[in-house]
Amino acid sequence: MSPKEQENQPILAVEGLRARIGDREILTGLSLTVNAGQVHAIMGPNGSGKSTLAGVLAGRETAEVTGGTARLDGRDLLAMSPEDRAIAGLFLGFQYPVEIPGVGNLYFLRTALNAQRKSRGEEEIDAVDFLEFAKEKMKSVEMDPAFMSRGLNEGFSGGEKKRNEVLQMAVLEPRLAILDEIDSGLDIDALRVVARGVEALRSPVRSTVLVTHYQRLLEYVVPDVVHVMAAGRIVLSGGRELALELEKKGYAWIDEEARRGAFAEPVQVSP
Amino acid sequence: MTDALRDLTEQKYKYGFVTDIDEDRIPKGLTEDVVRLISRKKSEPQFLLDFRLKAFRHWLTMEEPGWAHIQHPPIDYQDIVYYSAPKPKKKLASMDEVDPELRDAFKKLGIPLEEQARLANVAVDAVFDSVSVATTFKKKLADLGVIFCSFSEAVKEHPEIVERYLGSVVPYSDNYFATLNSAVFSDGSFAYVPKGVRCPMELSTYFRINAADTGQFERTLLVADEGAYVSYLEGCTAPVRDKNQLHAAVVELVALDRAEIKYSTVQNWYPGDAEGRGGIYNFVTKRGKAMRRSKISWTQVETGSAITWKYPSCILQGDESVGEFYSVALTNHRQQADTGTKMIHIGKNTRSTIISKGISAGRGQNTYRGLVKIQKGAENARNYSQCDSLLIGERCGAHTFPYIEVKNPSARVEHEATTSKISEDQLFYCRQRGIKEEDAVSMIVNGFARQVLKELPMEFAVEAQKLLGMSLEGSVG
Repeated sequence: MSPKEQENQPILAVEGLRARIGDREILTGLSLTVNAGQVHAIMGPNGSGKSTLAGVLAGRETAEVTGGTARLDGRDLLAMSPEDRAIAGLFLGFQYPVEIPGVGNLYFLRTALNAQRKSRGEEEIDAVDFLEFAKEKMKSVEMDPAFMSRGLNEGFSGGEKKRNEVLQMAVLEPRLAILDEIDSGLDIDALRVVARGVEALRSPVRSTVLVTHYQRLLEYVVPDVVHVMAAGRIVLSGGRELALELEKKGYAWIDEEARRGAFAEPVQVSP
Repeated sequence: MTDALRDLTEQKYKYGFVTDIDEDRIPKGLTEDVVRLISRKKSEPQFLLDFRLKAFRHWLTMEEPGWAHIQHPPIDYQDIVYYSAPKPKKKLASMDEVDPELRDAFKKLGIPLEEQARLANVAVDAVFDSVSVATTFKKKLADLGVIFCSFSEAVKEHPEIVERYLGSVVPYSDNYFATLNSAVFSDGSFAYVPKGVRCPMELSTYFRINAADTGQFERTLLVADEGAYVSYLEGCTAPVRDKNQLHAAVVELVALDRAEIKYSTVQNWYPGDAEGRGGIYNFVTKRGKAMRRSKISWTQVETGSAITWKYPSCILQGDESVGEFYSVALTNHRQQADTGTKMIHIGKNTRSTIISKGISAGRGQNTYRGLVKIQKGAENARNYSQCDSLLIGERCGAHTFPYIEVKNPSARVEHEATTSKISEDQLFYCRQRGIKEEDAVSMIVNGFARQVLKELPMEFAVEAQKLLGMSLEGSVG
């Protein structure tokens, strides 16, 4: 398909997704479609299942999938290993990026990029070319190159770790980026940098899902669609006004409505 | 743990082949006659036979040490062949005349004996079972006065140096295994670097055990004369056999005033199978004596052997001498390692550094055991020790026994230790970026060991990295 044709095609299609951790059902039949070229925001109170959704889509094994489907470009995501999902173009920006002592940031990034390129039958990129390429990307996230020779996220502050996630995203150029609470713990400057990274990746052939508790990030990255999650499902969808409304009213009423069973069917709020 | 990670640990040892070659071997068992026979086979001078006999008689009075954190069935010392050598077809006039079978064996191991095929800056002494079969680049080294040859040849050609230094660092009565070695050692490597000479290439010995039921007892002696420098590397492998084989080596280093010796080991003896059948019992004594302003640096990557028992040590005798110990020890499946170092500070202003990285996987048991001893006269001695352990899986163990003895109040001794695990979060993070689980484990382990690996000579650092990855395959279950 040409980029033009890809536009408005669903990149991610999730239907009736159910997952549990132990005895607790966390995702209770979640459906979501994200088209190429779109930025979606998933908001919701703590415990509504946002991070579990991000994890399940990326193949994390902490939650067990018990039903439903999830497709990336028509391919069955749930049948793939985490690394194959990454190679297929799914990127997860972690809420808590891990530290791996002794493994250089730059080395890690090149290993990841080459693992993906190799699996796609593309040529691996050598250290010299990669350095040039990565330097450009580092500039875009205002990252000091000195960080690159340090161990992966080793001794990084919360904000530096998040920037590093955005740098990785910029280098890997995923088809679908899911950013899990990428804005938590960021000051305004870092938030701007992160937002710019997300905006830089906006393209008719990619899409982004921002998982966030606050509307703050959405002042910098304007989403095409905003979803509200409660009790393991998407209960409300709308334009960015929905985010503003949530900011004003808080999440308490959503929880309450959900408990009353008001969202038996997802509600489409027209912009 | 996930299946992929479990599969990863069920990997095969890649050097397990056996070479079919005629051996000259003596019957099993150890008596004074056997000691004399070995000496006679090698047409040794009297001083060496005396050394052997003193050792043997002393050995009879000793008992196998039991303090190490290792377990194994009793070793039957009468059930071992103490001498086995590939039968030479004729006397070698040049490297091209090395028995093709032997040449092939080393080629398979990635150690071509043809000089033109070797790494340009590495000279190799190849030891097969009990004897050295070839030494490369001898001529080029001789032009600088550097002697690099098999131990047997050194005994013949340079008996005065051998007699002077043999047992000067590790005396014949040192410990059970070193004493056994002193009685029955068959060959090994010898190097002497003359005053002020910087040895222009890496010297390297490659040890290969081939014959069954054979013990390998090699002896290495390196002497760096005043102001000399030498970097030395040893590697080792053995065939897969379901019976344990004993390897009890002794290495002695002498660094005279202002000399520097860098000694690197990549130990990859057969580790036994996943259930712990077979594998080499590696009981090794390595020690260096450092004179004034000299430096001895040990770097070891220990991935093989069913049991590793070794403590490369430094006697910092001269003022301002420096000792270093960098170690990565990896135990997978049922492997056991009890390894570390001794830094004995005798001279003033002596310094030592210990960096130990233990990696345990499967049911592996990994022990760091180290002694830092500051003698009374060691004014202003300093030591820094760092012992880190990495655990992979739930059934392995890591243990640290640091001993510190300080008899001079001006000493400064620091010790740091950490224990960590490879977490599911770390693995998932790597996989989410497209890196396969086994590659992720290998990457994390190499990151953990980086401080040590960077001390290895360039050519071998890459090999060691690959080896760590390979040895870990199948590491979690």
